[in-house]
Amino acid sequence: MTPGPTPSGERVGLKHGAGGRAMRTLIEEVFLTLGGPVDGVGLAALDDGAALRLGDQWLVVTTDSHVVQPAFFPGGDIGRLAICGTVNDLAMMGCTEVLGLTCAVVLEEGYRREDLLRVRDSMRQACQEAGATVIAGDTKVMGKGELDGIVVNTTGVGLTRRLVRDDGLRPGDKVILTGTAGDHGLAVLAARRDLRIEGDLVSDVAPLNGLVRSALDAGGTEVVAMKDPTRGGVASALHEFASKARVGILLDGPTVPLSPGTMAAAEILGIDPLLVANEGKALIGVRAGAAERVLAAVRAHPLGRRAAVVATAIPERPGQIVLDTGLGKRILAEAEGDPLPRIC
Amino acid sequence: MPTPDTQARELKFRDPVRARQLAEALAREVSAVGRAPVQVMHVCGSHEQAIARFGLRAAFPRDLQVIMGPGCPVCITDMPEVDEAVALALEGKRVATYGDMLRVPGTSRSLADAQAQGGRVEVVYSVTQAVEIAARSPEDEVVFFATGFETTAVATAAALAAGVPANFSVLSAHKYIPPAMEIVAEMPETRVEGFLAAGHAAAITGSAVFDAFVARHEIPVVIAGFEPLDILAALVKLVELVKDGKADVVNMYPRVVTREGNKPAQAILWKVFRPVGGRWRGIAHIPNGNLRLSDDYAHLDARRRFRIDLSRLWDQAPPALSARCICGDIMAGLKQPSDCLIFGTDCRPETPVGACMVSSEGSCRIWHTYGGMPDLREVRQ
Repeated sequence: MTPGPTPSGERVGLKHGAGGRAMRTLIEEVFLTLGGPVDGVGLAALDDGAALRLGDQWLVVTTDSHVVQPAFFPGGDIGRLAICGTVNDLAMMGCTEVLGLTCAVVLEEGYRREDLLRVRDSMRQACQEAGATVIAGDTKVMGKGELDGIVVNTTGVGLTRRLVRDDGLRPGDKVILTGTAGDHGLAVLAARRDLRIEGDLVSDVAPLNGLVRSALDAGGTEVVAMKDPTRGGVASALHEFASKARVGILLDGPTVPLSPGTMAAAEILGIDPLLVANEGKALIGVRAGAAERVLAAVRAHPLGRRAAVVATAIPERPGQIVLDTGLGKRILAEAEGDPLPRIC
Repeated sequence: MPTPDTQARELKFRDPVRARQLAEALAREVSAVGRAPVQVMHVCGSHEQAIARFGLRAAFPRDLQVIMGPGCPVCITDMPEVDEAVALALEGKRVATYGDMLRVPGTSRSLADAQAQGGRVEVVYSVTQAVEIAARSPEDEVVFFATGFETTAVATAAALAAGVPANFSVLSAHKYIPPAMEIVAEMPETRVEGFLAAGHAAAITGSAVFDAFVARHEIPVVIAGFEPLDILAALVKLVELVKDGKADVVNMYPRVVTREGNKPAQAILWKVFRPVGGRWRGIAHIPNGNLRLSDDYAHLDARRRFRIDLSRLWDQAPPALSARCICGDIMAGLKQPSDCLIFGTDCRPETPVGACMVSSEGSCRIWHTYGGMPDLREVRQ
């Protein structure tokens, strides 16, 4: 494809990294031309990762840079986030066994060594939880003021016999959300604004490959789509499901699990928990007949206790999400940019 | 046993079961009117926010039209008022204002444009913050570009009455909503049969402020709060009044609004401000619709302190797209955002053409945020 003309003088804004419409436009206009045809899933698919055919298996590759601010937040830090983000992207492709991770760290001159050790320790802890190890790495330092503290990039590789994509929904299929929505985004925002909300407002950042393994074992080929609702939240992930599969999705608002702390913060800040990032949740699309079975398997996993069937694919309004609020219905629009830049 | 989820969700004013009962009552009342459509108008961006956010339009009966009136103070701020603020900023005054005002188009420029050209514009969350800026920088002339209905005007009035530094002044674009209801009620095209009045404004003015209006126009007014059940219950009441042909003022927000209102707030409002006639953008000249500083506070009026020269703004033609904007008709309740050809295409929150797409209380912005408001009554799984 030919990228559209870019008005001269146009500059990149924070919204271009926020996971919504603006970011997708930037990727489509700038980076998509780098991708060529591959035997499998390449750049053009804009999926969670790539998949290359390797004999009778798929080699899944994914990469992610992490810039969260503050780097330490309730429930996690940039190290835990960097491991989990990449492990989860692999898992969303159906690849639950991680062959290895690479880790590239860019540090600002003057970065505290003790903070770096804290980040390292959380990476190790997250790797243990995910059953993954770091197999290669890189370290760079930039001058003071040339970046904000620390940037961590991780790349993950793994093998799987069955790929799960994000375009497999058909009308009638159900979508399971594996737990409470919006916890990471609101926890980070509350930490940033030093908002002291009583109760548990903590990030959900966690590796999901174990939980996904349970879901796939229970659902087999009836698990037809998966996505982790990170930037842009549940709304953005459902939009991708809907537009790639050309179905509508009816989201039953009252069934979406929310933690009390997140609900309180969302109400105070006027931010919709459906539009902000999660780092330990998956949306799993399943054929209706398998929904209860997969839900039970997910709920049996420690990270999936609050899982619920939250949405149904419908033939009407392809590409759109209709939100039933319990009081009425409206379209759930995709986040334009994001109320929260640098969330992961 | 209720889970923590359902417990926290059982917010009194968002209960789906009660909402369904009210929606059914609303449908009964509307069909009992015996003609269609029944047209009522709300005059508050916060009402549209709640209606849109909770998808209430899908719960309204088809024969009820809930029209959005001039309920967004940012949107009705007239271009010359924005121009005055832009001119002051370009002349080197420090203009402090609410964030929503930054991108509201003036004749040729917005305050954001003025800022990009080196004008000094600061976003504040309250008038107090603007006063603090003036106190911190005695060498600067700080002008507070004040917008909002009587609810916000009271805050401005209180700050001025409490005393402000000598380098502080106010460019008032405050508006007073009751006179605008008079104008809209008289517009032949709108055929509004009843008004939903804004609960927070009525908390200041008291419900009695609508008595004369109701008597003069023989049209009912129901004061409503902002939770979904508040709005549904108020609509049921309003349609019931329409059905019975009763031109009454009914207060359906008694937990906040009284008949007399907030007397000390009214006293301070009318001490600092006086109502004068003026244009509301896109609507009409509204007699007594603008709040300007009273003679006692003339020394704090930026319009009197400075000679504001608007001619320097005439070097640039208005953007061509603005000719296609139908904000005015939308605010007068004659059109809906979905009637606009540039809604969601050329006119979006990041590149707004009209003021209605700028403010979080603007109809276009609200409809855009909540997905454009197609009719979803029939969608089910």
